[in-house]
Amino acid sequence: MVPRRTSMTGAAMRRTLSEKSWGYVLAAPAFILVGCLALAPIAAALWLSLRHRLPILAVDEFVGAANYLDLLSDDRFWAACRTTLYFTVLSVTIELVLGLGLALLLHGLTRRPSPSARIAQVVTILPWAVPTVVSAQIWLWLYQPDYGLLNYLLRQAGVVAASVDWLADPDWAIHAAIAMDVWKTTPFAALLLLAGLKAVPEDLYDAARIDGAGWWERFRMITLPLLMPIILITLVFRTMDAVRVFDAVYVLTGGGPGNATETLSIYAYKTLFQSLQFGYGSALATAMFVIAAALSTMYLLLLRRHLREVP
Amino acid sequence: MIRPTEERREAGSYSDFRATGLRWVLLAVVMLFCIGPLFWQAVTSVKPDADLVRLPPILPAEITATHYERVLLGSPLVQALANSVVVAAGATVVSIVVGSFCAFALARLPIAGKSIILGLILVTSMFPPIAVISPLYLVMRELGLRDTLMALSLTHAVYALPLAVWLLTSFIRQLPSELYYAARVDGCTPLRALLTVILPLARPGLAVAALLVFIFSWNEFMFALTLTASDATRTAPVAVALFPGLYEIPWGDLAAASLVVTLPVAGLALVFHRHIVAGLTAGSVKG
Repeated sequence: MVPRRTSMTGAAMRRTLSEKSWGYVLAAPAFILVGCLALAPIAAALWLSLRHRLPILAVDEFVGAANYLDLLSDDRFWAACRTTLYFTVLSVTIELVLGLGLALLLHGLTRRPSPSARIAQVVTILPWAVPTVVSAQIWLWLYQPDYGLLNYLLRQAGVVAASVDWLADPDWAIHAAIAMDVWKTTPFAALLLLAGLKAVPEDLYDAARIDGAGWWERFRMITLPLLMPIILITLVFRTMDAVRVFDAVYVLTGGGPGNATETLSIYAYKTLFQSLQFGYGSALATAMFVIAAALSTMYLLLLRRHLREVP
Repeated sequence: MIRPTEERREAGSYSDFRATGLRWVLLAVVMLFCIGPLFWQAVTSVKPDADLVRLPPILPAEITATHYERVLLGSPLVQALANSVVVAAGATVVSIVVGSFCAFALARLPIAGKSIILGLILVTSMFPPIAVISPLYLVMRELGLRDTLMALSLTHAVYALPLAVWLLTSFIRQLPSELYYAARVDGCTPLRALLTVILPLARPGLAVAALLVFIFSWNEFMFALTLTASDATRTAPVAVALFPGLYEIPWGDLAAASLVVTLPVAGLALVFHRHIVAGLTAGSVKG
């Protein structure tokens, strides 16, 4: 094909290209972009993770698995793992449970067309659309110790006697970040789950009702199994995001106080851009990828098993 | 007389939970939780400075536009907003054009290794962005694109591409293949068939994908933070994150800036609510 191409005019050539060749031609721009700006940097990051590279000390040498071995004995890495896992498990669980509750609520209310229920459903998307950085600033202001709204309301309600500096307290800070994340993503999880609920055939409920099933039984035997694929997919997406959490923590606490809210992304960012250890930072990032990939593989296996069980 | 109709309307409801009043109360609480923080930010943005450092009053006696004037006149925010528009629009155009070509090839043309391609695209979206930033920075420097809007726009396009390709592939697959073959029989090349037959029919899918890419790019922070180095290239989220405060954080200005930055995407999300949810569920369920 290549030698013939030169002897043909462009138009003739275009007409004689096979379907398959057209496929490659049309997919090529995407390959080139993804190759240059995603796959090549990923490969470079993997390569860097096998090296010691400290530009300020003029160190650049191949060290094999040394960075990864260092990770294993790095307390700060394990602390970051624990923080990330804690953040992920807690925020994703709360988001899913609250999201499911909200979805059921909206589903019940939108069953009969009413404008206010429609408005509620539309408004629910708002926190998702707010840039994460902006939501972090919004919550920073709510948490403000001297004149933040949260402290004021809690003082008025008599829950706390004096204002709490949430973000300066190592125990509170991570929960403050989780609360912000829950605010930002629960509504959207709810909308995804609501779409799933709307796809469940009503006849099933009618049939179950005739058989005398109560609402809990209907929920457990019909809603939950049929909703499981979308629950698992929501879990995959949310887990991937939570494991990589950066923006929210960066703006809210910067990883502090001390290292109390330092997640893997924040630790990797500091290693790469503050202490400029490119090799070690890349190893950290690769470890993050492995953790995220392991978690999503687990979910996808669950999903596949589930799809096989439910006809 | 009323009970039976109530019953019938409720029939099919999977919940016997008939206390509709309680549901509305619950919903009101949820809505307060969803909108409350945004509402508080709106209140803050119009409070005079004196009212910002005391509580009560929760609602100010008088409102002021000072904070908006300060962030919209003579602050780097305006430049940052313009940068965000350029970056997000560029990323949207590139990822939709490139993504629709690729999606069409995957959906209709007999190319080898489709699952490998889709798998690779998925890996791209799974890899933590933090890992690729330093190599990416080097690539951009080699291309002479260091600290440019184009570098950021291209990066956003690439990292939004998985979403666009998944969505558009599933959308194009749903179109009847006869249309494509008819165009081929009429002498169209695959490219011409794509441009004149498939893409016009795929317009709703293209619109949803474009919307999601635009919102992703507008809100993206980590690449924007690390690939830009000056006020001339900083995008709106970076400007909000690095909001200048000399000794004290200027909460009123910050609130005004936050709302201005949120407004375009919040508007899109409210107007196209149904399409966004449909697009994301389609992309996720069929993906």
